[in-house]
Amino acid sequence: MKFLSAYRDAALARSILDAIRKISKKESKLMEVCGTHTVAIFRHGIRDLLPQNITLISGPGCPVCVTPNRHVDEAIELCRRPDVILTTYGDMMKVPGSESSLAAEKAAGADIRIVYSTMEAVDLARENPDREVVFFAIGFETTSPTIAAAILRAEREGLDNFTVVGAQKLVPEAIRALLSDDRIGIDGFICPGHVSALIGVKPYEFIAGEFGIPAVITGFEPVDILQGIYMLVRQIEKGEARVEIQYNRSVPSEGNPHAMDLLFKVFEVTDALWRGIGCIPGTGLKLRPEYRKYDAVKKFGIEITDDREHPGCKCGDILRGLKTPLECGLYGTACLPERPVGPCMVSVEGTCAAYYKYGKRRE
Amino acid sequence: MCLAVPARITEIRGNVAEVEVAGVIKTVGLDLVPEAKVGEYVLVHAGFAIQTVDEEEALKTLELFKEIMAHEVS
Amino acid sequence: MAEDKILLAHGSGGKLSHELVKELFLPVFDNDILNRLDDRAEVEAGGVRLAFTTDSFVVNPPFFPGGDIGKLAVCGTVNDLAMGGAVPLYLSAGFIIEEGFPMDALRTIVSSMRQTAEEAGARIVCGDTKVVEKGSVDQIFINTSGIGLVPEGVQISGSLARPGDKVIINGFIGDHGMAVMAERQGLSFRDSIVTDSAPLNGLVKAMLEVSRDIHVLRDPTRGGVATTLNEIAGQSSVGIVLEEGAIPVRDQVLAACEILGFDPLYVANEGKLLAVVPAETADLMVEIMKRHPYGKESAIIGEVVADHPGRVVLATGIGGKRIVDMLVGEQLPRIC
Repeated sequence: MKFLSAYRDAALARSILDAIRKISKKESKLMEVCGTHTVAIFRHGIRDLLPQNITLISGPGCPVCVTPNRHVDEAIELCRRPDVILTTYGDMMKVPGSESSLAAEKAAGADIRIVYSTMEAVDLARENPDREVVFFAIGFETTSPTIAAAILRAEREGLDNFTVVGAQKLVPEAIRALLSDDRIGIDGFICPGHVSALIGVKPYEFIAGEFGIPAVITGFEPVDILQGIYMLVRQIEKGEARVEIQYNRSVPSEGNPHAMDLLFKVFEVTDALWRGIGCIPGTGLKLRPEYRKYDAVKKFGIEITDDREHPGCKCGDILRGLKTPLECGLYGTACLPERPVGPCMVSVEGTCAAYYKYGKRRE
Repeated sequence: MCLAVPARITEIRGNVAEVEVAGVIKTVGLDLVPEAKVGEYVLVHAGFAIQTVDEEEALKTLELFKEIMAHEVS
Repeated sequence: MAEDKILLAHGSGGKLSHELVKELFLPVFDNDILNRLDDRAEVEAGGVRLAFTTDSFVVNPPFFPGGDIGKLAVCGTVNDLAMGGAVPLYLSAGFIIEEGFPMDALRTIVSSMRQTAEEAGARIVCGDTKVVEKGSVDQIFINTSGIGLVPEGVQISGSLARPGDKVIINGFIGDHGMAVMAERQGLSFRDSIVTDSAPLNGLVKAMLEVSRDIHVLRDPTRGGVATTLNEIAGQSSVGIVLEEGAIPVRDQVLAACEILGFDPLYVANEGKLLAVVPAETADLMVEIMKRHPYGKESAIIGEVVADHPGRVVLATGIGGKRIVDMLVGEQLPRIC
C-alpha cells in the first residue's frame, strides 16, 4: 500500500525533526501512553533524534504489563484442569504470575494454545464439544470489542463450552489518574491511535478541558509519531491545550460507535486493579449479568487469595513514568528478558523490555 | 497496546472478509465494521477489522505536513 | 542458568540455547575443538583437514511450502560444512519415526534427501532407523551428520571478523520461517512464500574463487540474522552496524511479520549465509554471488566496527539508531 510506505519516508521524517528542533524551546515531558508507541519509538530510534529539551516517558498502556498477578494465577489454575483448553494471545505466555507462568505450565503438559484471534478460540470450542475452551482476555478498547464479538458469536452458535478470564482495561480514566497524581508532571500526551480508532476524540477532551494539557491522537509509523510530537510541541510552545487528531486516516472523531455498542452490549464498566499501581476506578470491564455465563472464573469457581508480587519490582512506578527502568534495582540483573520478574520486562512492549532490547543498560 | 495493519478487502462472505496487504491474504471478522465494502481498506487487529482506513485522508495529511514543513524550515 | 526444566526456548537458537550449551554441555564435554563453538568441528586426521558436524531436524509440519524435512536435513548439515569452506563429502541419516507415519510420506522425504545430496555432491553413506510408539515423537525426526574436506589455505571462523570488514547476505531474509509460520497462522499469499532451503556449498565455492580471504561465514537459521550477527560480534569481539534500508526482505514477508508482530531479523532462514569479508573484496564478492542461483539478491547490509564490541546496532530508515539484541526465547504471534 503506497501510503503505508509514505508514512515511513525518511526525507519527510527528517524534515519534521528539523521543524521540531526549530520550534521546541521549552523543557517538555511527553508521555506516550501506549506500549506499541514505546516499541515503535525505540524501533526507529526516535528518542535520540529529538532535541535534548524533549523527554519521552512511557506510560501504562501495556495490557500485559498492567495485568495483575491474580489474573495470571486464575488462568494458570484453569489450565491445570484436564478438561480445559486454555487459549491466549502470545503476549501473555511468558508473564510471571505469583509462582508460575503459562509457558512454564505448557512445559509441564497443560493444553495451552496461542491464538491470534478470539475467533480461533470460538472455533476450538465448536470443534471440541467435550472440552472447555477458556480464553484469557486482555487488552484495551482496541481489543475488547473483538472479544465481545467472539462472545456474541458463541452465543449465536449456542456454544456452552466457551468462557473468558476477564482482565481487560480502559484507557481514558487511567489517564485521569495519571493527571491527578501530582508527582507525575506531563506536558503533553501522545494518545494511542488504535484505541482511539474505537473510542474517538470525546473521551480525551477532559485532558485539555479540565487539566489544560495538550493531547494528540497519534499513529504508529515513524512519520506519524514525529507528526504527533510536532503537533504537541507546537501547542506547548504556544501555551495551548487542545485534543488533536494526527492519525485521521484511521481515527474519525466519533471512533467506531458500532463496535463500542457491541462492547457495551456484553460488558459494563467497573473498577480495575492495575498491576503495581493499584485500583483505578472506571477502568475495567466485567460481563453484564446476562452474559455472566461466559465468565470462566465464576463457572469453575476459581478463587485466588494468595497472589503476590515481587517486593523489589518497580513496574508500578515505571508504568506511571515516575521511574525509568534504570532506577529499578532488579533491572538487568535479577530481571532480564529471558528471566523476567515483572511484566514490564516480559511484554515486548513493556518499558523495561523495550529499554533492554533496544539498548539502554547500566553498563 | 495495539498492533494493527491496514489491509484491503478483496471478498466478503457473511460476517468474515478476505483482506490483502502486500500480497498477504487473511480472513478476518467483520463484526465490528459490518458496513465495510470490497475494495475498502480496514485496520486489522487480532483477526478482526476494527475500523475503516480513509486513503484520501492519508494522502491529504501527508500533503498538509509537507506544506507545514516547507513553511517551518523557510 | 536458573531453570530446573528444559523450556522450548532452550532449543530456539537464541540466548537460552547459548546458555544451555555454554553452561551445561561445554563444561562437561570440554575440549579445545568443541570450545571454539563454530558450526562444524575442524579436525586433523592423517595430515588431512576434515570438517565434521551434526544437526537434528524436528520441524513441524514435515511438509511445508517449497520443501520438506528431508531437504532441510541435508541442507542443514551440508551448509554447516560449507560455512567452514569445507567440501561436503559424506552424510549419515538417522531417522526416529512415529508409529503410523505414512510410508509414502517417508518415500517422499527420502527422495528429497537424495536429490539434495546429489545437488550438493555429497553421498549418504550410513544411517539408522528407530520407530517409537505413537505420541513419542511428532511424526518424524531426522539427524544428519556430515564430513567434509577443508581446502588448503581456508581459514574461516566466527572469531575472525575485523573492523572495516563488510557484512554480506545472499538474498531475502525471513522466507523459511514465515513460509512455515504462515501456514500455521492461517495466512496465505498471492505469490506463495516458499522456504529458501538450499545447499550453499556451490555458492561458497564460487565465493572462495573470488578470494580465499573470507573472514566469517555463517548461516542464520534459528534465531535469524540478528542472533547470528550477535554471535559473530561476540566471538570476534567487534561491533557490527547494519543499514536497515539495505536488508533485503520481500514485501510479503514484511507484511506477514507486521500482522503477527514478528521482526524479520529474528525469523529463521534455511538457504542464507552471512559473509564477513574485507572491504576491498566486498563489491566484487556481491557481483559474483549475484550470478549464482542462490545469490541473486545478494547485498552488503552492514559493516564491522571497533566500537561497542559484542553489540549489533541498526541504523534505522529515518536516521536513528537502535541495538539489535540476540533473540530471547521464541517469537510468538502477538496483538500488542
